[in-house]
Amino acid sequence: MLDAFVSPWPWYLAGPLIGSMVPLMLWIGSRSFGISQNLEHMVAITQPSMIGVHFFKYDWRASRWSLGFAGGTVLGGFLAGVVVPNPESVALTESARTMIEGWGFTQGIGLVPPEMFDLSLRNLLLLFAGGVLVGFGTRYASGCTSGHAITGLSTLQPQSLFAVLGIFGGGMLASHLLTPFLA
Amino acid sequence: MRLIPYVIAGIVFGFTLMKSEAASWYRIQEMFHFQAFHMYGIMISAVLTGFIGAQAFRLLVGRPSLEGAPIAIPRKTPGRFRYPLGGLVFGLGWGAIGLCPGPIFALVGSGSLGAAVVLGGALHGTWLYGAVERYLPS
Repeated sequence: MLDAFVSPWPWYLAGPLIGSMVPLMLWIGSRSFGISQNLEHMVAITQPSMIGVHFFKYDWRASRWSLGFAGGTVLGGFLAGVVVPNPESVALTESARTMIEGWGFTQGIGLVPPEMFDLSLRNLLLLFAGGVLVGFGTRYASGCTSGHAITGLSTLQPQSLFAVLGIFGGGMLASHLLTPFLA
Repeated sequence: MRLIPYVIAGIVFGFTLMKSEAASWYRIQEMFHFQAFHMYGIMISAVLTGFIGAQAFRLLVGRPSLEGAPIAIPRKTPGRFRYPLGGLVFGLGWGAIGLCPGPIFALVGSGSLGAAVVLGGALHGTWLYGAVERYLPS
């Protein structure tokens, strides 16, 4: 029983669980499932009220539900990664393993490569810069993989299709032309 | 108290991102190089589940939700450039550091300092967007 919580989950368990967030959020409070708007709320919370950017001057308290969801996501990450962590490395296909080793990345246990996520000055700058792109892009597109690829596509919103095409195009460019040189 | 259903949903979401390895840089590179079906299987089955669930909820539009507000399916705001361009910028970051916002929060919970640095960058990127948004094509 516990083993089911320790081992990795197949896509046909994970996908429906993630997709069920769409009707679940509608049922709880008629909300649109998504997580990246919390980045905006977190900036709105920390920005001093007298000075700062107009964009963040709104009542973030109306979005406490969303912050609660993000808090739950952090807690879920703690449970999965600390309480019942998978003791084995990610079971990549042979071709993917060969590819990333060719780039100079290694695989330990854990979900991210030490060559990029162990804290060195270079990695601090790299991870911060990557985060800036993620934050800027998801706010410009007003949504990320959750809000657009999952909620938007499953509720047939054309804007989300354009966002997903942009996301996938950007991801392809980076993963093929940039990431191979980042080890 | 009203937050509890959202927190529980978040726990399931974060746990699933970790256990499905959707929060893994390795899986994201594998996906962008079409070397495994795993991530596509997650996305396709998630969208199908969401679609079926949202269709079912169309029958309930107007009925009260758990919180009391009437159920409606929220619509995205109009815009022509913001969606593909914003998506492109986000995708460039995602393809490089392998984390999108859900996994960033989940990995921070798992104690990854690297993910915390990414979150710090994402907050600064968000602020930067807020500072320049009126100059960007919508």
